[in-house]
Amino acid sequence: MLFFENISVAIAGLKANKMRSLLTMLGIIIGITSVIIIFIVGNSVTKGFSKILTEAGADTIEVVVLPKNTKNLYNIDDNVREMNEKDLITKDMLNQFKEEYKDKVVGLVQAESVYGDSMDGKGTVTRDNVVSKVQIRGYSKDYYKYFGNRTKMVQGRGFLDRDYAEGKRVCLVADKLVERAFRGDKDAAIGSEIEVNMNGVYYTYHIVGIYEYARDGIDIGGTTSDPDNPTTEIRIPYETARIANHAQNEGTQYIDVVVDSEVDGQAFAPEIRDYFNVKYYAKNDAYNVVVISMADQVQEFTSMFDMVKIAFLGVAAISLLVGSIGVTNIMLVSVTERTKEIGTRKALGATNKSIRLQFITEAIVICFIGGAVGVFLGITAGTALLNLLPMDLEPAIDATGIIISVLISVAVGIIAGYSPANRAAKLNPIDALRYE
Amino acid sequence: MEGKTILDLRDIHKSFFIGTPNEFEVLHGVNFTVKEGEFVSIVGQSGSGKSTLMNIIGALDQPTAGEYTLDGVDIEKAKDHELSALRNKKIGFVFQTYNLIARTSALKNVELPMMYAGMGRRARNERAKELLESVGMSDRMMHKPDELSGGQKQRVAIARAMANDPAIILADEPTGALDSATGRLIMDIFHKLHEEQGKTIVLITHSPELSMETERIITLKDGSITGESKGTWQGLQAKEVK
Ligand SMILES: Nc1ncnc2c1ncn2[C@@H]1O[C@H](COP(=O)(O)OP(=O)(O)OP(=O)(O)O)[C@@H](O)[C@H]1O
Ligand SMILES: [Mg+2]
Repeated sequence: MLFFENISVAIAGLKANKMRSLLTMLGIIIGITSVIIIFIVGNSVTKGFSKILTEAGADTIEVVVLPKNTKNLYNIDDNVREMNEKDLITKDMLNQFKEEYKDKVVGLVQAESVYGDSMDGKGTVTRDNVVSKVQIRGYSKDYYKYFGNRTKMVQGRGFLDRDYAEGKRVCLVADKLVERAFRGDKDAAIGSEIEVNMNGVYYTYHIVGIYEYARDGIDIGGTTSDPDNPTTEIRIPYETARIANHAQNEGTQYIDVVVDSEVDGQAFAPEIRDYFNVKYYAKNDAYNVVVISMADQVQEFTSMFDMVKIAFLGVAAISLLVGSIGVTNIMLVSVTERTKEIGTRKALGATNKSIRLQFITEAIVICFIGGAVGVFLGITAGTALLNLLPMDLEPAIDATGIIISVLISVAVGIIAGYSPANRAAKLNPIDALRYE
Repeated sequence: MEGKTILDLRDIHKSFFIGTPNEFEVLHGVNFTVKEGEFVSIVGQSGSGKSTLMNIIGALDQPTAGEYTLDGVDIEKAKDHELSALRNKKIGFVFQTYNLIARTSALKNVELPMMYAGMGRRARNERAKELLESVGMSDRMMHKPDELSGGQKQRVAIARAMANDPAIILADEPTGALDSATGRLIMDIFHKLHEEQGKTIVLITHSPELSMETERIITLKDGSITGESKGTWQGLQAKEVK
């Protein structure tokens, strides 16, 4: 009963000093905004990863040839001699490997871009004076077998065994590209030849199918800067890409090993590494194989992400601390300004307890409003931040984060308001009434 | 005077700055009683100690020495929360400067003592409306103090003082900040409360003229009671007949 009266008194007081109230709330607002951002981004990233992992269907282990004392991918030793053909993983090595682990390894995914004379693998398709940005990339058959659900066909067909085996010059194009280069005419696109200019080197493919363009979930480096004219992939068979790169007889630096769903990829990864290194790289002076399981990657990212989280938590903690000092300060001002009112209330029968409660409620109201604004800003900023991340993430707003934020705000209010409220409660009624 | 004793002050002393070189005594042993239903005035010059006395009577301040009983309760022995309850239920204050709570409607101001008394929302709202009506303020109930004139504010303050039907109304210069016509109006409200409801009222004033309107006049001079006399008031009816 007194509770609602106190709230309306507090709100009337805040309204009377709008600017002051807003400034006081600032620290709380920033603090709660940070808390909400942590929750939204944290949850979204976690959810995004588990989605990627379940969508992948199978666990994969990356096998990469790298300089011998490479500890992680972000810190590659570049003081070694240049890589040559003898350092690479050959087809024979792969066949033997598959045979050796046929109960555990179900497939090998390989991918390779065609560069031509371009530096970054970016090329263009020009039709009817419309220039579209593209990238030519070959994927092995197992890619579509195990990660087929990443590609949705819109029209036409996928690749045939023959296309892979013979390295045929066939391709799949994105519906986005059809929109630009073929004015959306899918029927006309299928069966057409498409010519790609890779900085002066031209490649021509026969379009056999159209797939649905998607902002790539996991592929960091997908260009999202120009949504109307995104860089789309011209997809060709892996073998075709190898021929284009004149590498059909060479080995490869990089493969993705798809393991059986029963196999624990994180445990199996070192076994693969040791298999290759003992068998093929023991005598190599500079290079060997490193392995990265998907779980490792997730762990790596998560630990990096934890640092970001801690940074935001630091910002949140400092802002809330500064905010609570601000609230304490403004409450002291408020108590002083309203000394006469406190005296009057005591003359009318207010107990020390009810005066204390009134001012604590006021501090809580300030913090609660600040917290509510913070929740709103946090959701907005968190969602915006997710769009900046190189991943396609659904913003995950959950009740827990909001409830925790509200509880934090209320707690800050109680802590910040207690000492000024206590000062008000302990005022001698006559001194308070006589205060000018 | 066969009614029960509401106020009983015996040898009340009050000093300020106790124990310091500029310690001084404002009240030098004040004795008097007020019985139920009396309309008493305490009159004296500025600085004579009237407000100091009223603060003691109102349980806002404690005497340095002496005994004070309010409606049977020994004030000296009362604890903090008991004093709060006493101020809430037994005393209705009317201040010279109104002391309404800012940013709070007249209605809420009148409800406040009832709220502190723990009265339910509906009941206190109804009573506050009745009280405001009785002081002729029913059309200004939703106004905030800064939207009211001095006389209107004081009428709200009187309604608020009546909220918990106190044993005594303590008014310290209630007309001090008002022009004479408005002051008259406020005095008439006190007379009405006294005559129609038998309220016990202690009026503090520096004006001998106003004090003549009360039944009993206690004269305070330099912190001591120097005399007591009867007023000449004929009653509200008599005035209207004139
Ligand atoms: N809290 C206090 N501390 C120090 N001195 C005080 C205090 N309260 C009152 N006094 C002193 O006591 C004396 C009496 O003051 P009081 O307010 O009771 O006078 P009063 O009769 O009400 O005067 P007025 O008619 O001007 O209101 C004054 O000299 C005043 O300075
Ligand atoms: Mg005075």
